[in-house]
Amino acid sequence: MAIVFQKTKGLTDKETHYCPGCTHGIIHRLVAEVLEELDVLGETIGVAPVGCSVLAYDYFNCDMHEASHGRAPAVATGIKRVHPDKVVFSYQGDGDLASIGTAEIVHVAHRGEKITTIFVNNAIYGMTGGQMAPTTLIGQRATTAPLGRTVEHSGRPLRVSEMLATIDGAAFVERVSVDSPANIRKAKKAIKEAFQCQIDRKGFSIVEVLSTCPTNWGITPIDSLKWLQDNLIPYYPLGNLRRPEGVK
Amino acid sequence: MAKVLMKGNEAIGAAAIKAGCRYFFGYPITPQNELPEYMSREMPKVGGVFLQAESEIAAINMVYGAAGAGARVMTSSSSPGIALKQEGITYIAGAELPCVIVNIVRGGPGLGGIQPSQSDYNQVTRGGGNGDYKLLVYAPANLQEMVDLMQEAFDAADFYRNPVMMVGDGMIGQMMEPIEFKDSVSRFDLPEKDWATTGTKGQRKPNIINSLALDPAELEKHNHKLQKKYDAMKENEVRYETYNMENAEVVIVAYGTTSRIVRNAINDLKEQSINVGLIRPITLWPFPEKAFDEVPAACKSLLSVEMSMGQMVDDIKIASNGRWPVSFYGRVGGMIPTPEAVMGKVKELIGGEK
Amino acid sequence: MAKGKVKFNEDVCKGCALCTTVCPVNIVTMDTSKINIKGFHPATVFEMDKCIGCANCATICPDYVITVERF
Repeated sequence: MAIVFQKTKGLTDKETHYCPGCTHGIIHRLVAEVLEELDVLGETIGVAPVGCSVLAYDYFNCDMHEASHGRAPAVATGIKRVHPDKVVFSYQGDGDLASIGTAEIVHVAHRGEKITTIFVNNAIYGMTGGQMAPTTLIGQRATTAPLGRTVEHSGRPLRVSEMLATIDGAAFVERVSVDSPANIRKAKKAIKEAFQCQIDRKGFSIVEVLSTCPTNWGITPIDSLKWLQDNLIPYYPLGNLRRPEGVK
Repeated sequence: MAKVLMKGNEAIGAAAIKAGCRYFFGYPITPQNELPEYMSREMPKVGGVFLQAESEIAAINMVYGAAGAGARVMTSSSSPGIALKQEGITYIAGAELPCVIVNIVRGGPGLGGIQPSQSDYNQVTRGGGNGDYKLLVYAPANLQEMVDLMQEAFDAADFYRNPVMMVGDGMIGQMMEPIEFKDSVSRFDLPEKDWATTGTKGQRKPNIINSLALDPAELEKHNHKLQKKYDAMKENEVRYETYNMENAEVVIVAYGTTSRIVRNAINDLKEQSINVGLIRPITLWPFPEKAFDEVPAACKSLLSVEMSMGQMVDDIKIASNGRWPVSFYGRVGGMIPTPEAVMGKVKELIGGEK
Repeated sequence: MAKGKVKFNEDVCKGCALCTTVCPVNIVTMDTSKINIKGFHPATVFEMDKCIGCANCATICPDYVITVERF
C-alpha cells in the first residue's frame, strides 16, 4: 500500500480562503510540489501580490514577502539581488501583472532577472469583486463591463506570454492551464522547467496559468472548467513560447 | 583621516558605502544623478549591487524587497520622484523594514524646476503615503554633517526598523566641500535581523514580510506598536542647533543651506547691534519643539526662512504655542534668499532701523 | 480487488465537486447525507473497491482534500 498522492510539505497547514472550485489552490499545489521536489523549499523566497492570492504568504511553506499591487517583480528583484543563490518567485494574478504591474513584468524580462513568475490568468479581477481586466475577453461581462467588453471601448485582451516572449531576457515562457488532470500535469512540468531555468541561471522564467473564477464568472466550478476550455484556451493558446537554447 | 573635496551627491554615496550599504536601487532624475552614477561605479568595487530600475516606483519596491531580505539598502531621488515612491515607503514602514531614502529637493509643484528648493517639507514630514506612519528625517546644512548623518541614518533605520529620509536641497547635492570620512561606532547595539527572508533552510518557520492585516483589531494593535517607535524617536532622535540666541529680538528658524545664508545675515545684523538668533532643525521629523524653550521671553517675533511658501510655519506655530508671533520669508522656484533680504525682513519685524 | 484507495479530509472540502468530473470509473460523488464543518456536502467514494488509484480526483482538487494510495 503506497501513498501516491498527498498534500505537499511545500504548503502550510493553513486552509486557503479561495472560493470553492477556484483553481488558485491547484496552482499553489503545483508550485509547492515543484519546490519540494527540487528540494529548494528552504532556499526559496516568494512574493505574493495584491489580489485573490494576497494571502499566499500564509500558504507557501517558505519565506514570503507581500508586495503592493503590480510590484511583485520589483520586490523579487530586490530579494534576488541580495540573495542571488536563493530561489525567488513572484505569484501574481492578471489584474496585478497585466494591468498595474505591466512595467514591472516587462522589465524583469528585459533584465533577464533570474526569478520565476507564476502568472494566474482568470480574465477578471477576483478579490475586488469581478471587474474587467486587460485579459477579460471581448463580450465577457464584468462589473465594470456590464454589457460585456467591447473592442471599441477597451481594446482586445492582452496576450502577456506572447508579448514577453519577444524579450530576449525571458529565457522561459509557457502558457498552461489547470482545467483537467492532463493539463494540470503538463502545467506542473512547465512550472518545474521554469524554476530549473532560474536555478540554471538562464534568465527570467514565467508560466502563465489559465485559471477559473467561478464566483465572478457567475457559473459553477464545473461549468467554469468548461468555460475556460471553450473560451480562454482558444484566445490564449497553450504551449511553450520560449525556452533556453540547448534545452529540448 | 585626510579631507577630500567631493560633490554632495557623490559624498552621500561614499558615506553610504562606508556605513555598510551594499544595495542601491535608483532612477535618473536631476539634481541627484551623480549619486546613482557614483554608485554604479563604486558598488561593484565593494561587492555591492547597483541597479537602475525602470521607474522610481520599481526602485522603492526593490528597496522593499532587499530590506526584507535583510540588506542595508538605499535609494535616492528628487521631489517628483519621491512623490512616486510614497506607496512603497508606507509599505516599508508598515512592514517595519529599515532603509535610507535620499531626497535632493527641487522646485515644485508638478514638474517644477531643477534648481534648489525646500518645498518638500510637507511631503517628507507629513508622509505622502497612506496610514499613520512617520519617517525619521534628517536635513543636513553642509556636506560634512550629511556624511556624518548617513551613518546615523542607516543605524537608526536598523534600530527602529523604519525608513529614514535624508533631505538635501539641490545645493547640498550639487556643491563641493572638503569632507572627512570619520570612523564612527554605532550608538545603537543592533540585533540580528532574524526576521529577514534568507531562506528557512528547513530550520525555522517561514519569515513573512508583510503590512497587510485584514483583521481590524490586529491592524490597530500594529498601529500602536508603530506609534511606540515614533514616540521613542521623538524622545531620543531630535537634533537641532541654536546660534546667537541670548537676548535675541528675533529668532529665525531655518534648515539646510538656507540656515547658512541666515547665519550670514545674523552676523551682519550684529554689527548693526540688532541681535537675531537661529534655531536650525537638523531633524525635520521629529521637529525640535524643545528648542523653542530657549527663545528669550523678550523676543519680538519668530521668523521662518525657507525655500518654500512657508511649509514649516505650522510646525513653528505648534512648537512656539502662541508665545511669539510667527512670520515668514521665503524664495521659491529655485530662487535663493539673500542675506540682505533676510536682514530687510528682520528690520521690518522690529520696526525699522535701531 | 481494488487497485487503489482514496481518503477524503472531509472538513477541508468546499463542495466544489470538480473531483466528481474526472474519475475514470465514476465513483467520486458528493455525500449529500452530511454537511461538513464548513457547511458543504463533502466529496466521497462509496464504491472504494472500484478505485484504480489514478489520483485524477486529487489532481484537480483545489483544497488538498484527497490522499491517494495504490496497492
